[in-house]
Amino acid sequence: MAVMSYIDAIRSAMQEEMERDASVFVLGEDVGLKGGVFTTTKGLQEQFGEQRAMDTPLSESAIAGVAIGAAMYGMKPIAEMQYSDFMFPATNQIISEAAKIRYRSNNDWSCPVVIRAPIGGGIFGGLYHSQCPESVFFGTPGLKIVAPYRPADAKGLLKSAIQDPDPVLYFEHKKCYKLVTGEVPEGDYAVPIGESNVLREGEDITVIGYSLPLHYVMQAAEELEQEGISAHVLDLRTLQPLDKQAIVEAVKRTGKVLIVHEDNKTGGVGAEVAALIAEELLYELDAPIQRLCGPDVPAMPINPPSEKFYMLNVEKTKKAMRELALY
Amino acid sequence: MTKSGSAQQTLHDELGLTDKEAVEMYVSMQKARAFDERCMLLQRAGKINFHVSGIGQEAAQVGAAFALDRSQDYFLPYYRDYGFVLSVGMTLKELMLSVFAKAEDPNSGGRQMPGHFGSKRLRIVTGSSPVTTQVPHAAGVALAAKMKGERLVSFVTFGEGSSNQGDFHEGCNFAGVHKLPVIFFCENNQYAISTPIHRQVAGKISDRAAGYGFPGIEVDGNDPLEVYRVVKEARRRAVEGEGPTLVEAKMYRISPHSTSDNDLAYRTKEEVEQHRNQDGLPRYRAYLMDCGLWDEAREQTLLKQLREELDEATAYGDKAPFPAAEDTLRYVYAESDEEGSNATWRS
Repeated sequence: MAVMSYIDAIRSAMQEEMERDASVFVLGEDVGLKGGVFTTTKGLQEQFGEQRAMDTPLSESAIAGVAIGAAMYGMKPIAEMQYSDFMFPATNQIISEAAKIRYRSNNDWSCPVVIRAPIGGGIFGGLYHSQCPESVFFGTPGLKIVAPYRPADAKGLLKSAIQDPDPVLYFEHKKCYKLVTGEVPEGDYAVPIGESNVLREGEDITVIGYSLPLHYVMQAAEELEQEGISAHVLDLRTLQPLDKQAIVEAVKRTGKVLIVHEDNKTGGVGAEVAALIAEELLYELDAPIQRLCGPDVPAMPINPPSEKFYMLNVEKTKKAMRELALY
Repeated sequence: MTKSGSAQQTLHDELGLTDKEAVEMYVSMQKARAFDERCMLLQRAGKINFHVSGIGQEAAQVGAAFALDRSQDYFLPYYRDYGFVLSVGMTLKELMLSVFAKAEDPNSGGRQMPGHFGSKRLRIVTGSSPVTTQVPHAAGVALAAKMKGERLVSFVTFGEGSSNQGDFHEGCNFAGVHKLPVIFFCENNQYAISTPIHRQVAGKISDRAAGYGFPGIEVDGNDPLEVYRVVKEARRRAVEGEGPTLVEAKMYRISPHSTSDNDLAYRTKEEVEQHRNQDGLPRYRAYLMDCGLWDEAREQTLLKQLREELDEATAYGDKAPFPAAEDTLRYVYAESDEEGSNATWRS
């Protein structure tokens, strides 16, 4: 096991897949010579040349649309959206095109594209460098959506996404890039799309989440252990398709569930997880389903008190978990 | 379009088209026209729900198709391109299966509206209804082909209304920057449903190419040989690494937008009639007759043959089974590692 940062794990997945398969290439704004505004693609142009680590015009719909065209031809493009906030001009290409290509052609054509986009706040990015757009794409059949929280999953899920025969949206949390390090398996491995992961076993409450907030959940769980509260934590890892069976099992275990995400509450992924739990095991619950999410405001303001108010943290998470345990 | 500049040589011959090919072009145009007219009738008779017509645009579509390499180029047609898809190998039977939304339809297995073409076999890239999304795809196909060192072009069509969409501009710019082998072919039929060209575009569409660093050429879309010449030159530029070309073929949409449209609410009969007189199809027939390649007897034989083919295709499409209802759930994602997964290289 090597210890690496979240951003290095993402980069090493791309590098290994580009070495393995000549049809894999990266395109996006500033991904080539500069190596990305976050350095996610640093070194790829040096190793693979200008074509396979391609700087594109500032033009998100073309980045997605060109990648889709290349994927239909037989390439395996990784299209980078510089910030997920700037992904919306490409939404028509993603929802009307990538998601429907296999279906509308009755399996004649396919679109094995990966679209990577940094999500989330806590970096003083203001309204337009902090958003979580998962809910915009969630619920669009034909797309797969993944959102890793730690380096091992970041690498393993990206490798799976690149190898997947269908379009995958890969949401990487920008606050995790350099803040989060962890062990990553050596050699060729992949984390299967569609499989969640139990991060922690517990008896009193179940917490279900994805991406950055799981770090808060894990620390809160450790602290609550001192108070005699035992938390079971499930990382969804893949948002679409949801790992329904694992969600049901995780909730059954304790009968109390808290769903946590940074994306705002209304219409978020948590709403679907809650509905699923209600459908499957309402009468096995010992408490109402709880959600801890970003507030329903258009996006995160840049001033520190507002950003702090918007973002989840260990304290907020611990409070919500304790309240549920004591219900 | 007159027979020739010189007494010995015909115009199509000068352009590199054999007599046989020149006649085939006409047959494709008539085939598309006959299909289109049949679909209008089927809709009026209540046999089908909807038809979107390409009448008046066949000359340009066929002229362009014949200028391409139909054994290897990639095609991204838009919804009026019956003349185009018939020229690159789609059959009347296949189109009728799409019209009746039957399981055997190669375009979409009866999932999409008619006119939404797609066939991997024919390298017709699957299309959708939000207009102009196919333009960046064409750039992507060309980029991929260039990366693989294939000498092919991607050819993409769209209407003049569509050329106002961001995807047109983003796709052109991308292709211009990377000098990709793409031919952008605008079928300017003067109307975006009801909105005339002067309410769509203040300048000229072909002029837009200048902003993207490649040539923009306006051509008479009613003259299939002129379209052929222009597209052939665009293809030569593309495969020789000189980059994309924008071709604006000017024509007129003789039919209403679709069978759901009453066009006389926004244009006059006189205007339509005036343009019907400039229809490229009879003009090209006259040219072939002038060359001694066509006559009234051959015309009648062709029309009869097309009627029979259409009768057969219509009956086949009508009788063919619909997809099973539960097949609605299929092919959201790959169902195995092999199926349509594009896993292997073209080589």
